[in-house]
Amino acid sequence: MSTTAATSPRTAPLGFGNLAWLLAGLALAAAPHTERLPLWITTIALIMVGWRIYLAWSGHPLPRKWLLVAFVGACLLGVYITFSTIFGRDAGVSLLIVFLSLKLMEMKGYRDVYVVMFLAYFIALTNFFYSQTIPTASLMMVTVLMITASLVSFQAPSRRHLDNLKTGGMLLAQAAPLMLLLFFLFPRVQGPLWGLPQDTYSGVTGLSDSMTPGNISQLTQSDAVAFRAKFEGAMPPRRQLYWRGPVFWNYDGRTWRPGDLRMRGPYKFEGVEPHYDYSITLEPHNRNWLFALELAATIPPRARVTADYQLLSIPQVRSRMRYEMRSFPNYKAVDTDNDEDLDAALALPLGTNPRTLELGRRWEKETRGDADTIIARGLELFRNGGYRYTLEPPLLTTPHTVDEFIFDSKLGFCEHYSGAFAILMRSAGVPARIVTGYLGGDVNPIDDQLIVRQSDAHAWVEVWTDAGGWQRVDPTAVVVPVRVESGIAQAVPAGQAVPFMVRTDRLWLLKMRYNIEAMAHKWNIWVLGYNPERQREMLSFIGMDAASWQSLALALFWGVAGVVAMLSLWLLRRLRLDDPVQRQWRRFCNKLGRAGLARAPSEGPIDFGERAATRFPQHAAQVRGISTLYSELRYGPQADRGDISRLAKLISGFRL
Amino acid sequence: MNLDRILRYSQLYNLLMPKKEPEPGVIFLSQRRVYILPTRQGLTFSLALLVMLLGSINYNLSLGYLLTFLLTGVGIVSILHTFRNLAHLYISPGRAEAVFAGDDAHYQLHIENRSRHERFAILLNRGGALAQCDIRAQGTASVTLDIPTTKRGLMPVGRVTLDTRYPLGLLRAWSYISPDLNCLVYPKPDNARLPPPQAEADSGDTIALGSGTDDFFGLRPYQSGDSPRHIAWKASMREGPLLTKQFSGRAAAQLWFNWKDLPYGLDAEARLSRLTRWVLLANARGIAFGLRLPGVEIPMGFGEAHGLACLRELALHENHPEAGKA
Repeated sequence: MSTTAATSPRTAPLGFGNLAWLLAGLALAAAPHTERLPLWITTIALIMVGWRIYLAWSGHPLPRKWLLVAFVGACLLGVYITFSTIFGRDAGVSLLIVFLSLKLMEMKGYRDVYVVMFLAYFIALTNFFYSQTIPTASLMMVTVLMITASLVSFQAPSRRHLDNLKTGGMLLAQAAPLMLLLFFLFPRVQGPLWGLPQDTYSGVTGLSDSMTPGNISQLTQSDAVAFRAKFEGAMPPRRQLYWRGPVFWNYDGRTWRPGDLRMRGPYKFEGVEPHYDYSITLEPHNRNWLFALELAATIPPRARVTADYQLLSIPQVRSRMRYEMRSFPNYKAVDTDNDEDLDAALALPLGTNPRTLELGRRWEKETRGDADTIIARGLELFRNGGYRYTLEPPLLTTPHTVDEFIFDSKLGFCEHYSGAFAILMRSAGVPARIVTGYLGGDVNPIDDQLIVRQSDAHAWVEVWTDAGGWQRVDPTAVVVPVRVESGIAQAVPAGQAVPFMVRTDRLWLLKMRYNIEAMAHKWNIWVLGYNPERQREMLSFIGMDAASWQSLALALFWGVAGVVAMLSLWLLRRLRLDDPVQRQWRRFCNKLGRAGLARAPSEGPIDFGERAATRFPQHAAQVRGISTLYSELRYGPQADRGDISRLAKLISGFRL
Repeated sequence: MNLDRILRYSQLYNLLMPKKEPEPGVIFLSQRRVYILPTRQGLTFSLALLVMLLGSINYNLSLGYLLTFLLTGVGIVSILHTFRNLAHLYISPGRAEAVFAGDDAHYQLHIENRSRHERFAILLNRGGALAQCDIRAQGTASVTLDIPTTKRGLMPVGRVTLDTRYPLGLLRAWSYISPDLNCLVYPKPDNARLPPPQAEADSGDTIALGSGTDDFFGLRPYQSGDSPRHIAWKASMREGPLLTKQFSGRAAAQLWFNWKDLPYGLDAEARLSRLTRWVLLANARGIAFGLRLPGVEIPMGFGEAHGLACLRELALHENHPEAGKA
């Protein structure tokens, strides 16, 4: 027997326990936002939650409506002042959290609770604007479980919360196959459907579209992954892993900038075998560059090439993308014989770096303009001139930064070396330009992916010789050859800051990191990188080539129907299977029913047995035996299985 | 929102389906009898999912897709759970004690759950009278619906709606039952300040009820209107409050409550109410009486069972063809 309650839960006031669970779920949903939100919003939200708990605990009434309305107005103003807008990602999330915490203060009944719950699901979703990593996903999974359990607790208020949590978990577990089905088969559309707020992609690290001393050394402090590469077959030797990015032509005395990007048809170059085939999974960096090994022989879809061998994606790279490439690390780049290009590669800002200019001119005179000798002299200068590689170069204070670096400080980083070398070459009449990108990368032994991080960012020089075309010269390499051979950790003197993990000699830590990154890569490919192209690939893999959205919808429909049918079979199975004693009795009643004696719905077993005994006197003893045994089993003290099988046997042997 | 209200009070169903006769015996909620539709909250939830989906598409949020689809799955799965929470229950009528018109009738229903999973938050609704229960696996719950009565007679419990929104409140499964359960409603005793008839009408005697003047019968607390001659002064001095002496006599033994003796202007219901009050009064004082209604006569008697028989006759009176004749 159980209790009865006079009121419906739909009108009952909010219980303290239920409220506490609801608030816990909400707090978990909003927790990751706190590190991004302005402090005042976090404070208001915490005060509201605390206040609400106090009111629920003490039984005081909720605050008046006009007070809340005034508060909403104030918060709106506050958000506008903080973000200068009330739209956009950050302002939107802030408003959502403020409104939700104020909604708590007028949450009385059933309907309000549902509004709050649905908003909580929403807030869980907004976390994915900022982070879609496995830890974030796991945290939000827990959050969703909590919110779902709170929903259950509002339907069954008298139940223990642990049971509600179990029910919530069971619902989520049963929903999982449907989720996967929908995720993989729901026809994917490449967003955006409408304009995105300006701040959507802020806070993405990557190479910059200009080079000033200090840019790249800042980048080397970042452990973030720039892209991953997976080679088909062998990998080129490490010293050839120059990943080409933006190319700079124009120098204003301090900053290098790209030149006019002249688009031409596919550029020409002479590649020397062997070539390498590989795929790249590029992290979003909010620019157009696509990275590839020097020199790329293919163009990825929706991309183009420039005259200076840059690969540019037509839309900005705002989501992780994957493309197949083929490159020839050994090449002869003879394409540019354009005078305008060569002029641009010789330009020097007027009146800067006089000492460098003078040195260059002297070299040009002494070698009679022989480019190869000039290049060799330049490298020789850096090799034996007492130059040292450091991530913490002294600040260059004069307007003539290259002079100061070459002749005085002699301490620098790849951007100093490449910049100075290019200026030196131009002074000596050798066309030169700067190429930035990444150098090297490390192989994850778990999945053989080559991981290239921001800390692998690098800058080098390309010089033009009439005989050899554009050639790569890496002045940093002659100062610290080990930078090219083994990566930045070995190149930087001990004691200077590089990302912690880059210079670790703790093997287990490294191994764990590789494992985590291999997992993250799978996650990236299958979950985060699952876009329309990937969906098409997967569908053709399972035999649905060129699936239209109609056929996808059909597949989805049947898939969902199948899963639901299986689930309902499983869930409703135990409904049908009632008491085994009952089942036997029904068999008996059916036998009598077929003989023309139907049991009245309200007729008890003994009465029915008596009626049957009178109707079929020749079976009276049998009938009475069965009905007596049945009523003993059904209404008497606990029966054991032996009695049930005895009943089954009696009924099986009963024939009319 | 109207839809919700329509669903809740089953008006739509009432319009579409004719009233059903009470179903005798145990009512089994087969799968066919259980209806299910989304609630207002369920519709809001689907709207929220749509917004989440659009957001995920616009921002290319893979995890947004996952979350949206997970919640979609939860919504779909909860259809099965809500349905399963109500289907295959067995409802049998319990007791419904007789009451007086104007009081609440208490209809008791037993709900049996023969399956192996517990049922939660089953709400019974009969015209706004609510009762809720949880039912353990292979257990039984008894619920009582308190329904106000207005008219005397045999009042069937009528159509009861069983519904549940467990587990998430996004869907509502419901079923209608008409258990064969009736409550006997006695007429409401009137509150006229008139005394009951004091003697057999044709004797012309006017002796106080419960009191002949012949034989001393006992003492009872003083009521205003008692003759000062009958106050037991001596006993009152001893006991404290005033006591009145009661006498039994010839007239008391032949007390008849007669429909025809009531004033001409009273209508049938008022007469029944008056008679009910008399029956109650007489019963409370332990006096023997008889009841004469058009077409029915209950012979002289006294005691609990006699009183109940009279009340029953009064409650069901309109069933007689002579009813309404003054």
